[in-house]
Amino acid sequence: MNIDKRLVRRDSLEKLFDILKQNSKKIYAPFLKNGKTTFRDAESFAMISTGHIQTTESSKDIAFPRTEKILDYSKGKDGLVVKGIDLENLPGVILWGVRPCDAVGIGALSSIFNWDYKDEIYNSRLLQVTVFGFSCNKSDEYCFCTSVGGTPGNTAGSDILFTRMGEDGDYLAEILTDKGITVVLMAPDLFEKSEIAEKEKFLAVVPVRFNNKEISEKLDKFFESKVWNDQSLICLGCGACAYVCPTCACFDIQDEAHGKSGSRIRCWDSCGFSHFTLHTSGHNPRAIQSARWRQRIMHKFSYMPERLSVFGCTGCGRCSRACPADMNILENLISIQEVTL
Amino acid sequence: MMDNLYMPYPMRIERITYEAPGVKTFMLKFVNEADQDKFSYKAGQFGEYSVYGVGESTFCIASTPTRKGYIECTFRQTGKVTNALSGCEEGSIIGFRGPYGNVFPIDEWKGNSLLFIAGGIALPPMRCVIWNALDLRENFKDVTIIYGARTVKDLVYKEELKDWELRKDVKLITTVDPGGESPDWSGEIGFVPTIVEKIAPSSKDTIAIVCGPPVMIKYTFPVLAKLGFADENIYTTLENRMKCGFGKCGRCNVGKVYVCKDGPVFSLAQLKELPDEY
Repeated sequence: MNIDKRLVRRDSLEKLFDILKQNSKKIYAPFLKNGKTTFRDAESFAMISTGHIQTTESSKDIAFPRTEKILDYSKGKDGLVVKGIDLENLPGVILWGVRPCDAVGIGALSSIFNWDYKDEIYNSRLLQVTVFGFSCNKSDEYCFCTSVGGTPGNTAGSDILFTRMGEDGDYLAEILTDKGITVVLMAPDLFEKSEIAEKEKFLAVVPVRFNNKEISEKLDKFFESKVWNDQSLICLGCGACAYVCPTCACFDIQDEAHGKSGSRIRCWDSCGFSHFTLHTSGHNPRAIQSARWRQRIMHKFSYMPERLSVFGCTGCGRCSRACPADMNILENLISIQEVTL
Repeated sequence: MMDNLYMPYPMRIERITYEAPGVKTFMLKFVNEADQDKFSYKAGQFGEYSVYGVGESTFCIASTPTRKGYIECTFRQTGKVTNALSGCEEGSIIGFRGPYGNVFPIDEWKGNSLLFIAGGIALPPMRCVIWNALDLRENFKDVTIIYGARTVKDLVYKEELKDWELRKDVKLITTVDPGGESPDWSGEIGFVPTIVEKIAPSSKDTIAIVCGPPVMIKYTFPVLAKLGFADENIYTTLENRMKCGFGKCGRCNVGKVYVCKDGPVFSLAQLKELPDEY
C-alpha cells in the first residue's frame, strides 16, 4: 500500500480526540503524575502529556495487561463451573502518543505470542487497538533505537504515525494501515491533503552505538564469558527492567481464590527474579544473578533473533532509566561488542 | 468463542493408586466426551494439571497412548499444587491442558533393543514409553528395565514391577540404595550407575532411555559410554519449571532451546550441544 500522507493542523488533534470519543472509542494516552508518565484512559485531551521524551512505562499492557484473568471458576451446588474470559466484546481502543520504539515493540510481543501456538487472549486484545505513533523530536543519552534497526520516525507498528513539523508546528500524518484509514474516515476533514515536507529534518538524531548483527553473532559463543558476572555484580534482581520493557513477555500463572470462587490470572514476571526458574526440589538452573542477567541479554539479542527473527529490544532505553542500581544496557552491549572472547 | 489456550479440560479422577510415601497415580477420564474424541498424545508428552483455586503443575502423561479413553499421571506431594492434588478424592474434577512437547521417537527405534534406566520418581516419565513398547512388543528385540529408588518403599508402580518381573519378554532389575533394603528384599542393592555397570547391558542395536535425579543421570552417562552406547542412542527428558507449556512464559529455556517445545525428550547428543542451564 502506498503510504498516504496528510496534514493535521496542530489544533485539529483535540478535535480528532473528541470525534473519537464520540465514536465511543477508549483512548489510552500518556499521563503525567508524580513525575512518571504512564498510559491511562484519557477523559480529556488536556490530560495528555506531550513533553516527555519517553513514557516511564511502555504501552505493552494494552494487549498484555500487568495482570489479567484467563478464566473464572466457581464451586457450588451444581459442581465446578469454569468460564473462559469473553474475548468477543473487548472495547475498541486508540493507543495515543506511542513512541516508535514502543510501536515496533508490539511486533516483538506478537512474535512471542504467536510462534507455533497462537495466544488468542493477546491477539483479541491487540485486534481492538489502533496505534497512533508519535515520532520523536528529541532523545536522550539512553536512547539507542537506531542500533537495533529502528529510527525516531519508524512507522513499524503504528496505524497512523504523527510527526510534529517543528516546535509548535502542524503534524504530518502517515496513514499506514486499514485501521488507520478507518480513523481518517471518521474525521476526513481533519486529515488535509497538501504538499508536505519530508519528515526527516524534524526528527531527533539518535546515533548508532553498536552493530547488532555483530553482537548477535558474538553472543552465540558467549555463554561462558565472564562479562555476565562483571556486568551483573550490581544487579539487585528487582525486575524493574522487565516491567518497563516494551518487549518483555515473561509471565506467571497463579490462582486467586475467594471462598468458593476465584480466577486464574496471568501476570508479568521477570527472568531477573531468583524464583523464576526454581524447581520444587530446590534445584535452580539459573541459581545466580549473572546467569539471570545472561538470560535477559541472550534472550533479547541471540535467542529471539534466531528463533523468531526479531530483536527483543527496541532501544527505548527504559530499563537503564528505571534501574535503581544504574545498570545501563547500552553501555553493557557496547562493552560486549568490545570484549574479545 | 475463540480458543483459549489456557482453558483446561475438566477431568474426573477415576482411580487413585498409592504408589509410595507421598506418591500417587491418578487415572483421569474426560468429563466431556467431545474432549476425549479430539484428544490424542504420544509417549513423552506432558501437560498442566490444576486444582482450581490453587494452581497448575507440570507433569508428564504417565500412561501409554496405545490404551485409549484415559490418561494417568504420577506425582509426588511436594509443593502447593501437588499437595492440593493429593487431597483430591476419586470422583473429584481437576483441570488438565495438553498435550505439550515433543515425543520419544519410538517409531524410529523399531527393530532395536530397549534399555530403560530410571531412578525414583522418574519412572513415571518413562512408564508411558515402556508400556507403549510392551504393547507393540513385536517391534523390539530385548527390553531391559533397570529401576532404582532410595528404599524399597520408594519404588513406584509396585504392581507393575511384579508384572514386568513375571514377563518372559522383559528383563527387570530393581535396586535400592545401600541401607534402603527391607529384610525380604531380593533385588539388587546399590546406586543405579553401579548396577548398570554390574549388569553391563549390551549396546548392540540398543537404545537407552535414562530418567532420574540429576546426580544419577550424571554418573550413568559415562557408564553407558563405556558400554559403547553412542550419544545419539541415549535419550532422557529435561524437567525445567514451566507455566504455560507452549513457549511463551519464558522460564524453561536452556539456551535457545525451549524444553516445553523442543523437549522434554532429548538425546544425549542434543544435550551435549546445550549450555549447562538445566
